[in-house]
Amino acid sequence: MQTVKIVVTGPFNAGKTEFIRSVSEIDVVSTERKISLEEEKVKETTTVAMDFGRITVDEDLVLYLFGTPGQKRFDFMWEILSEGMLGFIVMVDSTRSETFREARSILETFHAYAPTPYVVAANKQDREGAWDIEDMRLALRLDPTVKFLPCVANSKEKVKSVLLELLYSILAEMDKNQPGKPG
Amino acid sequence: MALKGNLRDFSFSQLLNLINLAAKTGTLVVEGSSDIARVFFRDGKLSYAQIGAEDSGLAAILQRTNRISTSQYRILAERARMMSDKELGLLLINAGYLTQQDILDSLTQYIVEVVRQVFTWVEGFFHFETDEITPGGKIPVRIDLENLIIEGTRQLQEWEMLQEEIPSLDMALKFTDRPGANISNMNLNVEEWRVVSFVNPQNTIRQIGQATHLSDIDIRRVVFSLLQAGLVEIIRPGGGPVITNRMFPTENPDDQKSLVNRLIDRIRTI
Repeated sequence: MQTVKIVVTGPFNAGKTEFIRSVSEIDVVSTERKISLEEEKVKETTTVAMDFGRITVDEDLVLYLFGTPGQKRFDFMWEILSEGMLGFIVMVDSTRSETFREARSILETFHAYAPTPYVVAANKQDREGAWDIEDMRLALRLDPTVKFLPCVANSKEKVKSVLLELLYSILAEMDKNQPGKPG
Repeated sequence: MALKGNLRDFSFSQLLNLINLAAKTGTLVVEGSSDIARVFFRDGKLSYAQIGAEDSGLAAILQRTNRISTSQYRILAERARMMSDKELGLLLINAGYLTQQDILDSLTQYIVEVVRQVFTWVEGFFHFETDEITPGGKIPVRIDLENLIIEGTRQLQEWEMLQEEIPSLDMALKFTDRPGANISNMNLNVEEWRVVSFVNPQNTIRQIGQATHLSDIDIRRVVFSLLQAGLVEIIRPGGGPVITNRMFPTENPDDQKSLVNRLIDRIRTI
């Protein structure tokens, strides 16, 4: 059995667990705990180690989705999780501009750990107060070539399209690194 | 859609950059700890700015920028109390007291000064009201934001550059393998020497920073200068290579491509 993995990262409460839950064929193995710090109490529980989802491709191949813990104090886990990933997805909460800087920093950190393809997903685009996608691109200082995709983490179709865009990027990267192959 | 937040998380220079790039028209309202600033934009250019309860009438601005004397200001403030800035400006130009350029220069000077003040605010809620333009009767100017942004972002840029060069303080340092190099001949400052004394694959950059009482930005600055000098390189703590890992279970490029295509087919059918 061959396994590959994709990492879903982003700031605290960006929607990573929900994203994985939308497409995983198993109940997401989530190591959640009640939140202890006052400033982080925008939700009741948070991921403290990692989320873990699975998509069986065929008899020989399984894709694992790993969600990173969002809080800064668990960033020692990031490097471990990034090892051997095919690519990664950075989730950003479109309604919380205070997390944009952190999202940018997480993106840069993961890219430094492993220069694999990535896409950025603007989550919660269906919520009131969500930033416009183009404003977010500017705020996050994303290169125009970076795929920045609107997302609603509890919508299976939206999650699928984000995953597919990442896989297309991986394919494109492989083509770039394997030029001029005779057909 | 909403453009609101706190300067703590999204700095004023970042906001100006966004407004500039998106060529936005509207009013940026920033609520600082002691004042409220209203900064007006048209097509991504700065057109007007007001801060707090400060007298931002044309007469006051002309006096503040030394175009008119204090006594002239008193007369104008008294006699032109009911006039808008536009009306007063026209009156002064037609009477030959000032040229149109004098007035625009004064306004530009004042507006830039207001914006410079807001740059110093590190905390405060902001929101952008689209399509709300320069208040009635005021004389709008047209100031490019680029230079203002450069001034305000210089420090921010340095921090971001350092974070990019040294994304994690949990990495370690080792001396570059350069046979014959003698670091005693290098011109290092005191901080750099202190850091050099802790360079060891077992010590993370964070630990070195703590041992030398340097803040995150200061240790990054020092490490960056040592990296630039080619004296050290970043490694994984313990001395191993930074990243080597297998993304794919196979080394064959065609098999790898086939694997990605299988993933794509599977996800399409979920």
